[in-house]
Amino acid sequence: MNARIHGPLPHGPEWEFDLLEQYDAAIAGTAAEFALDTYPNQIEIINSEQMLDAYASSGLPLGYPHWSYGKAFIRHDQAYRKGYQGLAYEIVINSSPCIAYLMEENSLMMQALVIAHASYGHNSFFKGNYLFRQFTQADAILDYLVFARRYVMECEQRHGTAEVEEVIDSCHALMDYGVDRYRRPQQQSAKEKEARKSEMEEHQRREFNDLWRTLPPTAPLASDTAAAVFPAEPEENVLYFVEKHSPRLAPWQRELVRIVRKLAQYFYPQTQTKVMNEGWATFWHYTLLNRMYEKKIVDDAFMIEFLHNHTNVIAQRGFDQPGYHGMNPYALGFAMMQDIRRICENPTAEDAAWFPELARTDWRKSLDFAMRNFKDESFIAQYLSPRLIREFRLFVVADHIGKAELEVDSIHNEQGYRRVRRMLADQYKRENILPEIQVARYERDGDRSLTLRNQIFRGRPLADDEANEVLRHLGRLWGFPVRLEAVDAEGRIDGYREWRP
Amino acid sequence: MNYLIDRRLNGRNKSAVNRERFIRRYKDHIRRSVKGMIAERSIKDMAKGGDVKVPAKDISEPNFRYGSGGDWESVHPGNKEFVRGDKIPRPEGGGRGSGGTDSGSGEAVDEFVFTLSRDEFLSIFFEDLELPNLMRTAIAEAQDKKLVRAGYVKEGTPSNLSVIRTMKTALARRIALGGPLKDELEEARAELEVAARAGKPRTHIADIETRILDLEGRLQRLPFLDDVDLRYRHRVSVPKPSARAVMFCLMDVSASMDERKKDLAKRFFTLLYLFLTRKYERVELVFIRHTDEAQEVDEDTFFYDTQSGGTVVYSALELMQQICAARYPRSEWNIYGAQASDGDAFGADPAKSARFLREHLLPLTRYFAYIECPDENQSGNSSLWVEYEELQRPEHDFAMRRVYSATEIYPVFRDLFRKEKV
Repeated sequence: MNARIHGPLPHGPEWEFDLLEQYDAAIAGTAAEFALDTYPNQIEIINSEQMLDAYASSGLPLGYPHWSYGKAFIRHDQAYRKGYQGLAYEIVINSSPCIAYLMEENSLMMQALVIAHASYGHNSFFKGNYLFRQFTQADAILDYLVFARRYVMECEQRHGTAEVEEVIDSCHALMDYGVDRYRRPQQQSAKEKEARKSEMEEHQRREFNDLWRTLPPTAPLASDTAAAVFPAEPEENVLYFVEKHSPRLAPWQRELVRIVRKLAQYFYPQTQTKVMNEGWATFWHYTLLNRMYEKKIVDDAFMIEFLHNHTNVIAQRGFDQPGYHGMNPYALGFAMMQDIRRICENPTAEDAAWFPELARTDWRKSLDFAMRNFKDESFIAQYLSPRLIREFRLFVVADHIGKAELEVDSIHNEQGYRRVRRMLADQYKRENILPEIQVARYERDGDRSLTLRNQIFRGRPLADDEANEVLRHLGRLWGFPVRLEAVDAEGRIDGYREWRP
Repeated sequence: MNYLIDRRLNGRNKSAVNRERFIRRYKDHIRRSVKGMIAERSIKDMAKGGDVKVPAKDISEPNFRYGSGGDWESVHPGNKEFVRGDKIPRPEGGGRGSGGTDSGSGEAVDEFVFTLSRDEFLSIFFEDLELPNLMRTAIAEAQDKKLVRAGYVKEGTPSNLSVIRTMKTALARRIALGGPLKDELEEARAELEVAARAGKPRTHIADIETRILDLEGRLQRLPFLDDVDLRYRHRVSVPKPSARAVMFCLMDVSASMDERKKDLAKRFFTLLYLFLTRKYERVELVFIRHTDEAQEVDEDTFFYDTQSGGTVVYSALELMQQICAARYPRSEWNIYGAQASDGDAFGADPAKSARFLREHLLPLTRYFAYIECPDENQSGNSSLWVEYEELQRPEHDFAMRRVYSATEIYPVFRDLFRKEKV
C-alpha cells in the first residue's frame, strides 16, 4: 500500500479519524520502504478510563476477574487522579492482528508517533523476535483469553468464587515459576512410539549374536538404582509440575493452574526483551517519522513537536540525579539500535576492531538479524559498543557482603569496557532478577511431599517472609508437605523451610 | 489491511468487578475505616464516599525474591569522578545500594489508600445496621422518578398504542394520497361523458375507460391502515415533585450520656436523615440538646460539646414546639422528631413530657421516634420509658425502642417505614 501523497499532511492539535487514516497510510508506505514485516494492524482509540482498565489487566483486552486486578486498578486510578502518574500514550498487544490502544487525549502528532512506535515498531518485533516466535502464538492469544475468562467464571459459578480465588492466588504467587525457558521437545504420539519400538526390536534382531549370552553377569551400577528419584531431572517450571503431578488438585483446578501458566508463558518473552523491544520501536518511530520529514510528508511544526516528545522518552538520568530509576530501557535500546546503524554505515577504527561483522554491512540486514536472534541479555553482551559505554558514562559498583564498603569495580575506560558490558548484560539475566528455584524431588511412593531446591547464587538469600508465604501457597496447591531447601555452590544443603498441611 | 476502531463508546467500567472483589476481600479493613468516618463526619456529609486505608503489607502478593545480602554488581550511568577501586560508604539503611534491578521500582507504599464511592460507602454503612437488602436500595437511591405522558411517538410497545391517534393519521394519509387520484378520476369521468356525448371514436373512449379503471385500482390499493400510521403514547420519567421536611434531633447531653450512647444516637439520626432525604428534596436539620434547660445548637456542638447538669426533657420538647411555631408552620413543612436519651428523668418531668408530647407535638409531627440507649447492664424500665409507653397507640405516629448496639437501630425504622407504606 504505497500511498501517493503530495505535499505535507495537515497538522494541528486535534486529530480526526480520516486524518489518522491518512497518517497511518503514510507511515505504512514509509515502513514498506524499509521492508518492515508486521502483523496486520488494528488501531483502537480509547479514553483514559479504558486505559486504566487496560493497565489493571496488564494490557490484555480481557482477563479473568480477580481481586489483584482490582487492586492494580485502584492504585493506578488513584495515582492518575492525583497527578502522580501520567498514562501511557499507548498499549500494544502481541496478537494477530496486532492491537494498539491509542489514548484519545493524544494530539495528532502523538497519534502519528504512537502508530509508528506501536503498530510498526513493536508489531514487527513481535513478529520477528525468536522468543516471541517460540513461545507465543499471536493469532491464538485472543481466543485463549476469551476461553480463560469464560472458564474461570464458570468455575466460580460451579465451585464458588472463594474457592477459585484461592487457587488463582496461589498460582499468582508462583507465576514467575510457571515458565518454560526452553522449548519442550514435542511429545511422541502413540503411533510414533510404536514405530520406534518396532524399529529397535528390528535393530536388536539384526545385531543378535549368541556370543553375548556367554558373558558373566555384572553388578548393576550405583547410578541405576539412584534413578528412583522422581523427577529424574529437576523441573524448573513449578506450575507445570504442579499441574501434571499434584496429588490433590481436581481437574478444574488443574485447568486453572494451566491458564495462569499459559499467561505467564505469554508474558515471558516481554520480560526478557524490554530493552530490545522498546529500543526497536523507538528506533523505528524515529526513523520512520524522519523519513517522512525528508519526503516532506510532515512539516517543520510537526517535527519540532515530535522531537520534543522523543527527547523526553529517551532521556537517561544520571545515577545522582533526582528521579533516577536505573537504566531507561527506551534510552539504552534506542541508543544501541542507532549505534548499530552507525557502525554499519560509518564505523570508526575502534568499531571495526570490536564489530568486524557489522562494519560496512547493510545496516537494514544487520539490524534485522539483531532484532530476530537476541534477547536483552545477549543483545547487550553482543552489541554494546565502547562508544556507548563512554556516552552513557557507565560504571560498575560492587556490593559484596564481606566488605564494609561498596567498591567501584570498573568504569568506562579501556580496561573496563568488557567488564561493564558483561555486568550490564547480566543485569538483564533472569537469575539476577529471580532466585533460581526448581522442583527437585517428589516422594511419589512415600509421604507425597514435594521438595523444591533453591540454588543459592552468589550468597544471595531469599526474602524470608515472602518465601514462607509462597511456600504456603504452593502447599495449598500440592495438598501434602512441601519443602524448600537452599543449596550452596558446592551442592551442600544450607538450610530448608517446610510447610505442612 | 489496517483497521481503525473507535472504542471510546465501549464500556468503561471493565474493572468494576475486580474492584468489587478487592473491596469484598478487604472488608474488615474497610469496615474499620468506615467506622472512623462515621464518627468524624457530620450527618449531612454521611452520604458521600471517602478515603479508606489498608496496610500495604496485608494486601501484598508474595513472590520468591532476593532478600538483602549476598554479592551484587550494578551498572549505573552518569559517572563523573569515580575510577576503578574507589570506595563508597554503604548507604544508610543497610541492604544493597544498587538501585538497579529490582529494588526501588516495585517498592510499595506503607498504606494503600483509596476512595470509596458513595454507593460503596452506604452499602457498608447499612451493612452495619443490618438493613434488609431491599431497604438499602430504597434508601441509597437518589431520587424517585415518575412516568409522565409526553405526547406521541412512532415507535413503542403494543400496549401503548393509541388507537384514536393512529386512526387520525391513517385518515390524513388516505386523504393526502387519495385526494389527487380522486380529482383525476372525476376529471376522467367527466371527459368520458363529454366524449360519449360528442360521439368520439371508440378507441378514444376505450382509452379514457382504461384510464378510469387504472385510477380506480390505484385508489383501492391505498391501504386503510399502514405501518407509518401507528402512534404510541409516549411516557418520560421525571423526578417526583417533593416537599420540604424538617427533622428535629433532640438529645439529652447530661453527663450520663457517654460516647457510646452518643454514637448510637448519631447513627440513629443519620439513618432517619437518609430516609428523609430520599423522600424529600429538601430536609432541614434542627439540633436541640438539653440538660436541665434546652438549647438549639449546631451539629458540632450537638455531638461533641460536653455539658454537665441535670436532665429536664420537658424543656427540649417545649423548645421544639416554639421553633416549629416560629419557623416551620405545619402547613408548609413535614415535621419529624427524633429523640435520643438514656431515659434518666426525675420527678414530675417524665409525666409532664409525655403529656406535652401527646397534646402539642404529636399533632404537629408526621412522625416522632424515640430511642433510649440505656447503660449496658441496666435492667428495668426508666421513668421516661414508662411514661412514653402509653403514647404507643395506633392513632399516634410514634415509635420507641431501646437500643444497646448499632444493630438494633434498624427495627425502629421498620415501624417508621411500615407507617409510611414504603
